[in-house]
Amino acid sequence: MTAAVSARGVRKRYGDFEALRGVDLEIEPGEVFALLGPNGAGKTTFVEILEGFRARSGGEATVLGVDPERGDLVWRSRLGIVLQSAGFFEQLTPDEVVSHFATFYPNPLDPRRVVDMVGLADKRSSRCKDLSGGQKRRVDLAMGIVGDPELVFLDEPTTGLDPQGRRQLWDVVREFARLGKTIVLTTHYLDEAEQLADRVGVIINGQLVEVGTPREIGGRERALARVTFALTGNLAGRPLPETGAETVSKNGRVTITTATPTAVVTALARWAEANGEPELPALAVSRPSLEDIYLAMVEAADGQADHKGSDA
Amino acid sequence: MTALPASPAEFRPNAPGRLIRLSFERTRIEIKTFFRAPDQVFFTFLLPVLFVVIFSTIFSGEIEGPPGAKKVEFSQYFVPGMIASGIVSATFASLAMTIAVEQHDGLLRRLSGTPLPRSAYFAGKVGLALFTAFVIVVLILAIGVVFYGVSLPTDPKKWGVFAAVFFLGVSACSLLGIAYTRLIRSSSSAAAIVQPPYLVLQFISGVFLQYSQVPPFLKVVAAIFPLKWMVQGLRYVFLPDWVAVDDYGGEWQVERVLLVLGIWLAVSFVLARVFFRWNRGYSG
Ligand SMILES: Nc1ncnc2c1ncn2[C@@H]1O[C@H](COP(=O)(O)OP(=O)(O)OP(=O)(O)O)[C@@H](O)[C@H]1O
Ligand SMILES: [Mg+2]
Repeated sequence: MTAAVSARGVRKRYGDFEALRGVDLEIEPGEVFALLGPNGAGKTTFVEILEGFRARSGGEATVLGVDPERGDLVWRSRLGIVLQSAGFFEQLTPDEVVSHFATFYPNPLDPRRVVDMVGLADKRSSRCKDLSGGQKRRVDLAMGIVGDPELVFLDEPTTGLDPQGRRQLWDVVREFARLGKTIVLTTHYLDEAEQLADRVGVIINGQLVEVGTPREIGGRERALARVTFALTGNLAGRPLPETGAETVSKNGRVTITTATPTAVVTALARWAEANGEPELPALAVSRPSLEDIYLAMVEAADGQADHKGSDA
Repeated sequence: MTALPASPAEFRPNAPGRLIRLSFERTRIEIKTFFRAPDQVFFTFLLPVLFVVIFSTIFSGEIEGPPGAKKVEFSQYFVPGMIASGIVSATFASLAMTIAVEQHDGLLRRLSGTPLPRSAYFAGKVGLALFTAFVIVVLILAIGVVFYGVSLPTDPKKWGVFAAVFFLGVSACSLLGIAYTRLIRSSSSAAAIVQPPYLVLQFISGVFLQYSQVPPFLKVVAAIFPLKWMVQGLRYVFLPDWVAVDDYGGEWQVERVLLVLGIWLAVSFVLARVFFRWNRGYSG
């Protein structure tokens, strides 16, 4: 089985500026892949190279087995594209635009159903120029999927959508994934990546620094857990038990960072009981969120960049 | 993992039936979009109407023919030029400017991400131009006949030539407008880049003058471009034969007019294919 998307050492220069510095990535058919990265990291550049809209300056790429720079109309008929931004057919209604785009494809979906799917049923007959930003974004999505593509590129599809709109988009993505289609999306919302993606890639400064499932990325599964509770009631002012883990006590709140949270909680429970407090106040055990991991990666990369900068 | 569906292999994006269907679909959408912007509709049709009224009012009078021949009213004399000029503004000028805006807004980029063939996109533009140019011609003739005593040809052969010049001229000038967008770097500069060559050509092709008044070296230049030939063909349709002696050195050369326009149609199709860029000027 050939990969749906395959990139090897993809580079892109804009004048002196190197926006992509050798990206390697394989995406399997049927996979939902999310690209994360700060503004200007190179997500759009990378995705548009795969869509055949921008020429790469180096490296190799294939999308559905075809080099995107040589993609023909048959290849186009198998792709669905939602750009980060593009103009609108202002004078046409969602129904009209989506039906019009449907005529370009060999096996399109029912345009009216697609307009319903993206939650525009009550705006189907309004001119696009009169739609709100989020409603326009939904039209974008409808135009991108009406051709019933095998592979869909979504560049920040939910930016500007309300929470309900995001859920509707997620449902569309899940529905497509269920049908065995491949989805490549970029996003700034970590919960979105976590909800939808089989795998997540993090691009920073033109490099793909991490690829993995949302659970394991950045060593998240192995990361230390945090046990927190409050020093109130009978516990106030009592010396803490020795747990062997890093312990910080601040403003009456204790945070213990540990690889063995179960043992720590057991020890704490005994200690609390012995001090006449059968419930540990405000007890919480947490792992770092995807967001924590992601922000740590971005910070680490910034640190490196600063370091390099000061060397130069 | 399921195998990729096999159906796309049988999909032939440039099959003639599909091209024809999509050309009509694009034309339908172009015309629909055009009529939804009332200001655009108004100005597209206002200009030729103003031309007829102003020209026919200012140049009232007659052109003397050879002894014994029927005189020609100025209003009649300028009808072919105004039709040709109306065609060029509905095709070359209007398309070059609207496409420049579509390029700039990234609208074309959207279309280019789909399996829509470029030729169907061109066909939609030509279809819209044929439609608006037709309305303009009807308006010019209607006003001319009703208010300024313009007479229509009675010979069916002349109507045939009229239709041929119209179709070839509109198609060639539309495709030239599409190719010309390559020179337009931003939508704000579009008008400035489109208008000059077309205004100059109008003068040297004898749209607003008698062709006999154009200096010979400019005639050589004018003869390269389609406008001069459109005017010549249309003058054959609307004017008596003695005008050809004065203006075109003897004969109307109708076959030659149609041949040159036919060649221009082929050349402009190639130019449009070569120079047109879906992506140009888009900064996203
Ligand atoms: N056409 C261009 N010409 C010059 N530089 C460009 C061009 N397009 C992008 N860049 C630069 O390349 C870098 C990557 O841009 P890109 O749009 O790929 O980022 P992104 O990850 O999609 O960001 P965002 O999250 O803001 O959408 C940026 O620094 C940007 O300024
Ligand atoms: Mg982007």
